[in-house]
Amino acid sequence: MNAFITIVHRDLLLVMRRKSEVLTALFFFVIVTSLFPLGIGADTALLRKIAPGVIWVAALLSTLLGLQRMFAADYADGTLEQLVLSPNSFTALVFGKVVAHWLVCGLPLVLLAPVIGIQFDLDAQSLKVLMAALLLGTPVLSLLGSIGAALTLGVRGGSVLMSLLILPLYIPVLIFGAGAVYASSVGLDITGHFSLLGALFILALAFVPWVSANAVKIAIE
Amino acid sequence: MSNVNNLSSSRVMNWFKFSSPSTFYPLAGKMIPWFWALTVIFGVAGLWVSFFVAPVDAVQGQGYRIIFIHVPASWMSMFIYLVMAAWAGLGLVFNTRLSAMMAQALAPIGAWMAFLSLWTGAFWGKPMWGAWWVWDARLTSELILLFLYLGFIALQASIDNARRADKAGAILALVGVVNVPIIYFSVKWWNTLHQGASVSLTKAPAMAQTMLWGMLLMALCFWMYSIAVGLMRVRAIILEREAHTDWVKQLNEVKP
Repeated sequence: MNAFITIVHRDLLLVMRRKSEVLTALFFFVIVTSLFPLGIGADTALLRKIAPGVIWVAALLSTLLGLQRMFAADYADGTLEQLVLSPNSFTALVFGKVVAHWLVCGLPLVLLAPVIGIQFDLDAQSLKVLMAALLLGTPVLSLLGSIGAALTLGVRGGSVLMSLLILPLYIPVLIFGAGAVYASSVGLDITGHFSLLGALFILALAFVPWVSANAVKIAIE
Repeated sequence: MSNVNNLSSSRVMNWFKFSSPSTFYPLAGKMIPWFWALTVIFGVAGLWVSFFVAPVDAVQGQGYRIIFIHVPASWMSMFIYLVMAAWAGLGLVFNTRLSAMMAQALAPIGAWMAFLSLWTGAFWGKPMWGAWWVWDARLTSELILLFLYLGFIALQASIDNARRADKAGAILALVGVVNVPIIYFSVKWWNTLHQGASVSLTKAPAMAQTMLWGMLLMALCFWMYSIAVGLMRVRAIILEREAHTDWVKQLNEVKP
């Protein structure tokens, strides 16, 4: 547990020392979502309809931007090997890195989302649902993404390859996350969407850190 | 190392003898012509039944006959993914090189089947529904399956170390196989939520007996084809990876 907290603390500290990387991902999120009205037109009814999908797809992509950083630097300077050799459970350490990634790349999206939602003329209820769905969905994105980050460690064209591997796996989260906001905006029941998002979250939480830890070990061997 | 494995396992059970590339290579070579022969037999029989015996469909006319390619290709694309993941998992657990080679050999065949299924589906959809593509659950999940295949191939291709490529690919294949049902159901529910079922593929009209026979024969043909091509590919992979070994240098087809 101590080691887990240390890893989270260390990764956050590293991010704070070099803020630009994280801010780039967040600005990417804001810029991409702002481009859609410019490309499609400022028809409010249409914008309201596409808002959930646009915001969620942008969230998926900006999560991807930060993923490469999760293991790459530690892999390059040999820290990752030391972590594998340490007496602490490596799965817990990997989970710590995932949590740090979410705190840096996932949580800010949740907080930014209402601002973007207002651009798309979402009502207050939908904004709340959007935030809740992102709060439940972005951890799954960070978790699943860690598998891709681990598998493509030190590989040629790793970041492009990673998006190829990970984006298909993100589809269920996209469907239920955007679906919840859409359902809320047309006055349908949203409990089903949240149950499924929660199920995905629990499944990912249970298995993914272990899978990622093994994927990292394969890369280091 | 393979020889040591070979000796110790042959005492326990003879079958494991063929888990070594050096023993499997000639065995696969002997099996390939048989599977090609079966492919041709089932293919000719299946095409004959599907073109000359099966009646014209009352609703869809002659156009429906693409089903005899489309459905077997879809079945194979899904089944090969399972087989590929099973081989990859075996390779990961038992650390057998041949299993990983099998997985690597199967991936392009599966991707090809998924592509064929989408392509013929588009050809079928245009005259029947008036659209090349609809966002139906099955079409969408088949497309995602193709993406998963391409991801697997791309990952294996971009890792230079063969052992690491095998293991990384195996993890990806296993994660994919867990995700395939999740993706299928999420796409299905998404589909029913967003649009009414404008095209229902599940309520297929009752099929004439001969149509079913044609489809089964073609499915068998696709099976045999996949096995034959899979074995050919795995032989090529064995040659490539074992090029440094003595037994490969002794092979007649390799000698200059």
